[in-house]
Amino acid sequence: MKILVCISHVPDTTSRINFIDNNTKFDTAGVQYIIGPYDDYALARAIELKESTGSTVHVLNVGLADTEPTLRKALAIGADEAIRINAEPTDSFFVASQIASQAKANGYDLILMGRESIDYNSGVVHSIVGELLSLPSVSPVMKLDIEGNKAKVAREIEGGKEYLEVNLPFVAGCQEPIAEWKIPNMRGIMSARTKPLKVVEPTTIDGGVKLTKFELPPPKGAVKMVSADKVEELVTLLKNEAKVL
Amino acid sequence: MPILVFVETAEGKIKKTSLEGVAYAHAMGGPVTAIALGDVETAELEGLGKYGASKVLHAADPKLNKGIIQVYASVLSKAMQDEQADILIISNSSLGTPVAARVAVKVGASLAANIVSLPETTSGFVVKRSIYSGKAFAHVELKNQKKVLVLRKNAADIKEVGAPVKVTPYSVSLSDADFAVTITSAELATGEVLLPEANIVVSGGRGMKGPEHWHLLEDLAKTLHAATGCSKPVSDMGWRPHHEHVGQTGIKVAPQLYIAVGISGAIQHLAGVNSSKYIVVINKDAEAPFFKAADYGIVGDAFEILPKLTEAIKKAQ
Ligand SMILES: Cc1cc2nc3c(=O)[nH]c(=O)nc-3n(C[C@H](O)[C@H](O)[C@H](O)COP(=O)(O)OP(=O)(O)OC[C@H]3O[C@@H](n4cnc5c(N)ncnc54)[C@H](O)[C@@H]3O)c2cc1C
Ligand SMILES: Nc1ncnc2c1ncn2[C@@H]1O[C@H](COP(=O)(O)O)[C@@H](O)[C@H]1O
Repeated sequence: MKILVCISHVPDTTSRINFIDNNTKFDTAGVQYIIGPYDDYALARAIELKESTGSTVHVLNVGLADTEPTLRKALAIGADEAIRINAEPTDSFFVASQIASQAKANGYDLILMGRESIDYNSGVVHSIVGELLSLPSVSPVMKLDIEGNKAKVAREIEGGKEYLEVNLPFVAGCQEPIAEWKIPNMRGIMSARTKPLKVVEPTTIDGGVKLTKFELPPPKGAVKMVSADKVEELVTLLKNEAKVL
Repeated sequence: MPILVFVETAEGKIKKTSLEGVAYAHAMGGPVTAIALGDVETAELEGLGKYGASKVLHAADPKLNKGIIQVYASVLSKAMQDEQADILIISNSSLGTPVAARVAVKVGASLAANIVSLPETTSGFVVKRSIYSGKAFAHVELKNQKKVLVLRKNAADIKEVGAPVKVTPYSVSLSDADFAVTITSAELATGEVLLPEANIVVSGGRGMKGPEHWHLLEDLAKTLHAATGCSKPVSDMGWRPHHEHVGQTGIKVAPQLYIAVGISGAIQHLAGVNSSKYIVVINKDAEAPFFKAADYGIVGDAFEILPKLTEAIKKAQ
């Protein structure tokens, strides 16, 4: 099987978010980058499938050269080959179109992504790729088993789970507990250095979406404390001040 | 030109978030055409008129009773054409969001998800969307003539603005190719308030010590007609089901009131709750970071405070 895993390169989940240049640019100062947490689940499941079925795993990122350490990390975790599409990932349709054209060229049996990126977090790239390739897309996937040409999938829905069957190839947006995150070991890190990392130029596409500015939420006012032996006071505040009861 | 709103249903009833979609389209200036797919009570559909729909389409083909993403996407893009609608509005959900994305591709629309408020239309068509897991917003201009908007909860206030309308049957021709995915079964919590829909959420963390104490939170939730949530370690340890896990890597909630009990307030947890209107924190540690994000706080032992709080609310009701 040939598996493609699409990974986003995103600020660590503990990052404080700031903007510069009059709120038009993300402030990268002091920010650590990671493989998107959901994408990391997708990658972990791909590596498990590689081991159990003898598949090859490609990882792909749409990003500028600074995302290469993130791709190398995916190679260290066990992917065989990395592809970087050399472009700023400006909007979901643009990113999805780049992924779709690579996927078309390489012919994968399975395309795994995260349920959503944690920067743009639209949760749409997998569905757009599916539509562009006329393939089914399923998200968020909590369980994925391959039996021959067929996949058995559990998808999280509001208040529960849905079980589905779908033939390969298809696109899945993954989340826990599909697999446990994998941490690269020393051998993986060494071998990642010599694994191929291909840089591809993007195709020009306009998704029809343009960023005008960023905004931070207003700071929270001071917390009002209520004494533990006067819970009725809290009820009064919720009723008369917040008006939520 | 009408604005088309996809109305999602659960157990034959219209979801509250879909009513927000109708209210949103109405606030944009309408006229609003709502469309529902599959099994749903007619009275529910007629009632959409009250919230601003001037036309209600119902595609009642039983093949639409299961929400299959590709099938729904085909029906909705056809409906946009038939109704000559340039704008489609869908509320964020495990069905709505993927359907929206696929429709946008089919009709060549600009797509934006996680929209939190009405569009700004003085120069171009600009929407504000939540990014970085609720830590920030982006204002984006949607340049294509056609637009697909995916709304986050609370993007519009539901208001009664009209009277019930007649339902127009909408016939569809379905393509076999869209049925590539077979839904074999589902496991669903019944009779509970669903977390993404809830106005009040009562959430517990590791401070609750174990699943055997959850009845304290459930009693409070029942009294408030609230949904229950939890922190990530709580669902990781299997104390609570995964679909209750709130945070950056779980559900992002936006209720009127979020009550956090025995949760420390890690930044990843806050990312899932920072769109709540009011936050109450109950924690025995006065230094717990969650207090900084709270509107109201009580320092104390959850096991003593919860029963008292439930009683006090019952008394006040
Ligand atoms: C990549 C990544 C993603 C993550 N995503 C999420 C996410 O989406 N959601 C999430 O929740 N976490 C997430 N986490 C985990 C997060 O960092 C915290 O570890 C987690 O939120 C802590 O859960 P907690 O508050 O329940 O437990 P703890 O941090 O252990 O806090 C327990 C709290 O209970 C209080 N307490 C104890 N006993 C009592 C009592 N009797 N009465 C009252 N209070 C009491 C304590 O004072 C303490 O503040 C993520 C972590 C990583 C690395
Ligand atoms: N720049 C990118 N490069 C590669 N894959 C991406 C990129 N952005 C998003 N993805 C994938 O698409 C999924 C959904 O992203 P989104 O629609 O932005 O929430 C992510 O979890 C990734 O797997």
